[in-house]
Amino acid sequence: MIDIKDFSFAYKTTHVFDNINLQFQKGAIYGLLGENGVGKTTLLKVISGLLRPTAGSCMVDDYTSFDRRPEFLQNIFLLPDEVPLPDSATPDSFFRDLAVFYPKHSSDELHRLSAELKVDPLRKFKEMSFGQQKKSLLACALALNTDYLLLDEPTNGLDIPSKADFRRILTERIGAEQTIIISTHQVKDVENLIDPIIILSSNSVLLNAPVEKITEKLYFEYGGQQRPDALYSEMMPGGYLNVLVNNGLGESQLNIEALFNAVLRNSAMVKNIFE
Amino acid sequence: MDFKKQKPIYQQIADTLCERIVGGEWMADDRIPSVRDVAVQLGVNPNTVMRSFDHLQQAEIIYNRRGVGYFVAPDAKERILQLQRKEFLEDELPAFMQRLSVLGMTLDDLKQYV
Repeated sequence: MIDIKDFSFAYKTTHVFDNINLQFQKGAIYGLLGENGVGKTTLLKVISGLLRPTAGSCMVDDYTSFDRRPEFLQNIFLLPDEVPLPDSATPDSFFRDLAVFYPKHSSDELHRLSAELKVDPLRKFKEMSFGQQKKSLLACALALNTDYLLLDEPTNGLDIPSKADFRRILTERIGAEQTIIISTHQVKDVENLIDPIIILSSNSVLLNAPVEKITEKLYFEYGGQQRPDALYSEMMPGGYLNVLVNNGLGESQLNIEALFNAVLRNSAMVKNIFE
Repeated sequence: MDFKKQKPIYQQIADTLCERIVGGEWMADDRIPSVRDVAVQLGVNPNTVMRSFDHLQQAEIIYNRRGVGYFVAPDAKERILQLQRKEFLEDELPAFMQRLSVLGMTLDDLKQYV
């Protein structure tokens, strides 16, 4: 479990997080959402021990992240949006360089995942398209077999079939002991994959709830009239998509983009509803 | 108020599994694919698929043999049809009747078409 307590973070004079509390349980694929610059990447770096909290703590199981104990580091991997790669590197060489630090790694798994994503682990990164590089790096990250896997914008640059492959590969991977955190703006790519959903705003956590709880508290109405009491409405073919407070309206299908907009516009109210 | 519905994903998945039972693809006491198999096939969070299975188990449409998997209940087909009849009478029929009245038609007007 990842346990972030009374946590603050600032770059010099810029406050990114101000006294937040946040937990990530095992056996779940978390979606980390937020507008540009709210600190999604910063949070991933703090969890993986790359940055030190200005105040408060970040614990992963029994380890304080920033202590960077080998036992901790060998069980967590952060795949950034962009990875600097030497000209001569191939996914296979990149993986072998990393693998020495990750005892549960599997080269068989790298080759299986590469085949599934239709990339060649022996081809040089510099000869690949951006999407192929991204897929190769994903295969490497997954094949290290860490219990904690943090992915920053993993679907950036993936073509349409690869996005479905990505979802399949992650559902295949998640088990009772794993925690996967996906930070993304491409919510359509991860719709039905991420659960729970975390929404960050500047300095605070607006929402951290499983989908079941979200649809218990909020109702998503598709194609009706625009409702004055809606937390958020937008036009869609055939009417309006309304996000309403769920007072016995029943169950509905979550729409993450509409949720995001509803939460951002009514942050105080949403906090109340979910408390 | 008339709320436009779109069922949650776990129910949509449960409905699809029911269709396969009603359609005869899976018979009484057949083993159905595991939660993980269904999740991977659909690229949907396994916890969501688990909810679909729980839902079907509570409705006694499937049953669990610990460590072996999920199986189609002997009277699953009849139970599904009962639930679908109920859903038809409670949701689809009222919507249909309302549509008729908006169009200024009665059930009698339909007789020549059916």
